[in-house]
Amino acid sequence: MSQSAKALLAGLRRQIQEISPEDVDKKIGTGVKIIDVREADEFKQGHLPEATFIPRGFLELRIEDAVPDREREVVLYCAGGSRSLFAAHNLQELGYQNVSSMAGGFQRWKEKGFDVVIPETLSESQRKRYLRHLIIPEFGEKGQLKLLKSKVLLIGAGGLGCPAAIYLAAAGVGTIGIVDADVVEESNLQRQILHNAAGTGRPKVDSAKDALLAQNPGINVITYKERITSANAEEILRDYDLVIDGTDNFPTRYLINDACVLLKKPNVYGSVFRFEGQVSLFVPGRGACYRCLYPAPTPSELAPSCQEAGVLGILPGVIGLLQATEAIKWIAGIGEPLIGRLVWYDALRCVTRTYKLRQNPHCSVCGEHPSINTLQDLEWACAV
Amino acid sequence: MAISVLIPTVLRKYTSGTDQVVAHGASVREVLQDLERQFTGFSQNLYEADGELKAFVNIYVNEEDIRFLQDLQTPVQPNDTVTILPAIAGG
Repeated sequence: MSQSAKALLAGLRRQIQEISPEDVDKKIGTGVKIIDVREADEFKQGHLPEATFIPRGFLELRIEDAVPDREREVVLYCAGGSRSLFAAHNLQELGYQNVSSMAGGFQRWKEKGFDVVIPETLSESQRKRYLRHLIIPEFGEKGQLKLLKSKVLLIGAGGLGCPAAIYLAAAGVGTIGIVDADVVEESNLQRQILHNAAGTGRPKVDSAKDALLAQNPGINVITYKERITSANAEEILRDYDLVIDGTDNFPTRYLINDACVLLKKPNVYGSVFRFEGQVSLFVPGRGACYRCLYPAPTPSELAPSCQEAGVLGILPGVIGLLQATEAIKWIAGIGEPLIGRLVWYDALRCVTRTYKLRQNPHCSVCGEHPSINTLQDLEWACAV
Repeated sequence: MAISVLIPTVLRKYTSGTDQVVAHGASVREVLQDLERQFTGFSQNLYEADGELKAFVNIYVNEEDIRFLQDLQTPVQPNDTVTILPAIAGG
């Protein structure tokens, strides 16, 4: 027996609890899940704070990811309060026990003057490009927008910087800065994958920029063809959200560390030697820094740079990508950041080991009474 | 007591290229002394003139940095793993 839509709605109003905009406003931030069941073009024009967007057509398919707990309180809303009644009915049939529909919908919410969030959205071409990010529930459009707005500075366009940069570009990090004073040499090509044989003799920053923009024309690449020093470090770092240390020598590592501590920038550390590598994330105020890990510079007879020691070409690829992964996690705010842990990787045995990395209260730059308050270049003879 | 010690790349020239060796001792200091007995020259770059460990060489007992335990006096037990991890700079 068929019934009119009007009669069907009237029936649902008796079965489904309706909730006023005033009561929804009071519930925001108390653990209730608010779901906007309208269409994408409606959602884009404004929605309730903390609302999760699941259009009605996908509700049954996506609700279990969004609300795994069927006893959790769920409030649905649409434009006028009708579609959300149908949607609430469907959720009840799926076993959700505490579902209500906001009376009068978004229209009444706005009329009452409650907060409206206008979402930043991706363009159609961005939506296509980053689709595989967008469909990860923990990442989604929110994570992608964070990446697109972020600014990451890579210091060194070498073995670590190249693989990190190409994946950050591909992932849609909106602004990538690259600092490197060197030119491409033939001996770099065994591992520095942004550069190619035809580019030998070109500045690495130019070669890197071309490769990154070819991969993703939708990002900005800013180049600094200079060495990072105590004179320019603060000026260069200032505008960035995060720094990736991909340098090949101790003095620059200490300088980057000190600059990041003083400017409170997260510093993703990585270094390699023959078949082994190290990775960590130093976040000022949240955990140890490089000087907590290694308080004093290393004499070069025990730790030569790659130039003197050799490195398996693929190794900085592994370590650089671990650095890039930490950068993306940090920016998107997902997962457990590598703060307070040092990961050590041995390619020959294919093992990783994790060591605790504690903040040193006596650290000369991030300790309780730091002796380093301004940047200084270390006097150092790099070559053995 | 037999303690497993992980040898960093730079020190493998003393251990004939071996990356994992067994040493004996009840503390980190004793383990390092035993390594010097087994592999002459092994520890010559590890100490300052005053006998303290150099600040660019980290030693871990299992996953703990001995600077936050009892430095070279840190006791070790069978089944512990001691890791020597000097700073590396390559990129």
